[in-house]
Amino acid sequence: MVIDDLNAIAEKERAARKKTVIRCCMAAGCMSSNSEAVKKNLEQAVKDAGLSDEVEVRGVGCMKLCCEGPLVGVDPKGALYEKVTPEDANELISTLKGGKTKLKRGDLNHPFFKKQLSIVLANSGEIDPERIEAYIAADGYQALHHVLREMTPKEVVETMVKSGLRGRGGAGFPTGIKWGTVAKTQSQQKYVICNADEGDPGAFMDRSVLESDPHSVLEGMAVAAYAVGASQGFIYVRAEYPLAIKRLQNAIKQAKSLGLLGSGIFESPFNFSIDIRIGAGAFVCGEETALMGSVEGKRGVPRPRPPFPAESGLWGCPTLINNVETFANVPPIYRKGAEWFAAIGTEKSKGTKVFALAGKINNTGLIEVPMGTPMRQIVEEMGGGAPDGRKIKAVQTGGPSGGCIPSQHLDTPVDYESLGKLGSIMGSGGMIVMDDSTKMVDVARFFMEFCMDESCGKCIPCRAGTVQMLHLLEKILDRKATARDLAKLEELCDMVRNTSLCGLGQTAPNPTMSTLRFFRNEYEELLQPDQFGPHGNGEIKK
Amino acid sequence: MLPTLLHEKQKRVAAVMEHASGDKRFKILEAHMKKHQYRHDALIEILHKAQELFGYLEDDLLLFVAFRLKLPASRVYGVATFYHFFTLKPQGKHTCVVCLGTACYVKGSAKVLAAVEEKAKIKAGETTPDNQLSLLTARCIGACGIAPAVVYDGTVTPRQTPETAVEHLKGWISNGH
Repeated sequence: MVIDDLNAIAEKERAARKKTVIRCCMAAGCMSSNSEAVKKNLEQAVKDAGLSDEVEVRGVGCMKLCCEGPLVGVDPKGALYEKVTPEDANELISTLKGGKTKLKRGDLNHPFFKKQLSIVLANSGEIDPERIEAYIAADGYQALHHVLREMTPKEVVETMVKSGLRGRGGAGFPTGIKWGTVAKTQSQQKYVICNADEGDPGAFMDRSVLESDPHSVLEGMAVAAYAVGASQGFIYVRAEYPLAIKRLQNAIKQAKSLGLLGSGIFESPFNFSIDIRIGAGAFVCGEETALMGSVEGKRGVPRPRPPFPAESGLWGCPTLINNVETFANVPPIYRKGAEWFAAIGTEKSKGTKVFALAGKINNTGLIEVPMGTPMRQIVEEMGGGAPDGRKIKAVQTGGPSGGCIPSQHLDTPVDYESLGKLGSIMGSGGMIVMDDSTKMVDVARFFMEFCMDESCGKCIPCRAGTVQMLHLLEKILDRKATARDLAKLEELCDMVRNTSLCGLGQTAPNPTMSTLRFFRNEYEELLQPDQFGPHGNGEIKK
Repeated sequence: MLPTLLHEKQKRVAAVMEHASGDKRFKILEAHMKKHQYRHDALIEILHKAQELFGYLEDDLLLFVAFRLKLPASRVYGVATFYHFFTLKPQGKHTCVVCLGTACYVKGSAKVLAAVEEKAKIKAGETTPDNQLSLLTARCIGACGIAPAVVYDGTVTPRQTPETAVEHLKGWISNGH
């Protein structure tokens, strides 16, 4: 494979494009609403109407507005049809010849679509994720060629540093610095791992990226491998995402057969192959050291850091671990330049972030916005507010490691620092909206139960602390707790946060602490008078 | 003491191998191990395959995997019990997985689960006595856009209510319940 071959594939694919394209969402959300049958009937209807030469029915990745699925888009007319059933196929095709339809049409000028800025999701909902040709026609693998043939590994790392990209897994560590550390460590063997163990409940961005544009992740990994000097990559993906696994396997096979993975890529001395490792349902495996244990076929138990994976990771070799969305950001950065990327977002948080909007909100689905977008714009304008005329009470970010942002702080810009100041984290991008019917103590209990269940049991603060904190929260909910129990809970939160071994334990108290900070009255309302305390309020006088 | 223990262990291995020799599925599993070159890091992949073939991981199966991969049985058992995805008990003919992820929870999946538990007269994680239905919960299946979601026999079904869920299970739960 040389650049001419790549361009020839792109040209051929572009030339074969038909006048009208009907895009049918084939991501997991719409597929569970029967979009496969919709696509089949649409293909048949096109054939029946004798339009096979002009119209292409294309299965594409996520079209973002998941709550209205199955979604069907028609180009170039720019119509988006919602909740399409297989029976609607003929009616929908008849509109191409000027017919009328009663089908619900989505408003593409709604802020939900208008305010989005797509970098990671640029191909999502546009190209067929099961065909590498479609990705190549969308300038795919151009960045890899550019990097392999025109840049030294050192320049690749420098560009990444300049772009200001930070890890999208949640902690926000600068990607360029991580790459630089792995590149500097001397070793015969190095590894690149893509963390696709999207365990946060309420987050489905990585799933959508893998289902909609798997090649962008492969290309990003290959660029990273060249930069750090690795020859083997692993994608660790959850067993709960069968469709993502299938599309990844398919993508790797296609890339291999075209020589875009394997040995001597683009006739350079660079070799790189990728294997998939399927998880087995353990939230803690999203933590990088636990994940590496799992890749090695062991129990996914974290170990103390340092040494960091960049120095001693998989089988003791230097290992680069990045999240799916981080890798998906890589190809556009090298295609369009670090300056272009660095111009988007805020001073310290560059680029865009994909969020999964879910919970008590009208428009659920995926959105990609520049960093620093106010949360109010995301949930009220784009998300359309809470359904049934209710009021938004809080927005939960960061899953079980994050916190609840109350409605009075909705004007906070969404970036790593601002969310951290409010006691939450950016997290991988799940955004669960809660309305005024949600009980915050119950939410805290829900997350604590999650953390207790998922604690691996290695270190005592997390193993025993989460159990005790859950008991206290349940006691409060049962109206059997006193102020002394609440004080105990706060003390435990502090202890578990400061003494746990890994991120799971260190952040497990976050949902409780943030609800205590902003909704303390809800806890206090449930407290009982303390019969045994000297002042009836739990305070013991010295 | 030691020789007796060793003797017992050898007898157990022999029994497992005898069990395995009469079952085609073990051969398929063995082929899968060969594909992974009996590498120790492929243990989780192999357990996935074993569960796919047998439905659950019984003791003999775990010992077989341990023996063939030349791993201590404790290591195989340790991995099999660590991950939620692996089950050491037989599953019912049908499965119903209620998602309890945050988005589903906020939208009332706890009520769906309670209704199903009441109807099937089993708790989450259990199987009905007639082996017809296993009721499971998931921590998030990534279908948050269509919450609350329930997976019936591998098919993700959107926007469930206690009523639709119970309706769906009608054919799977015997009338005596």
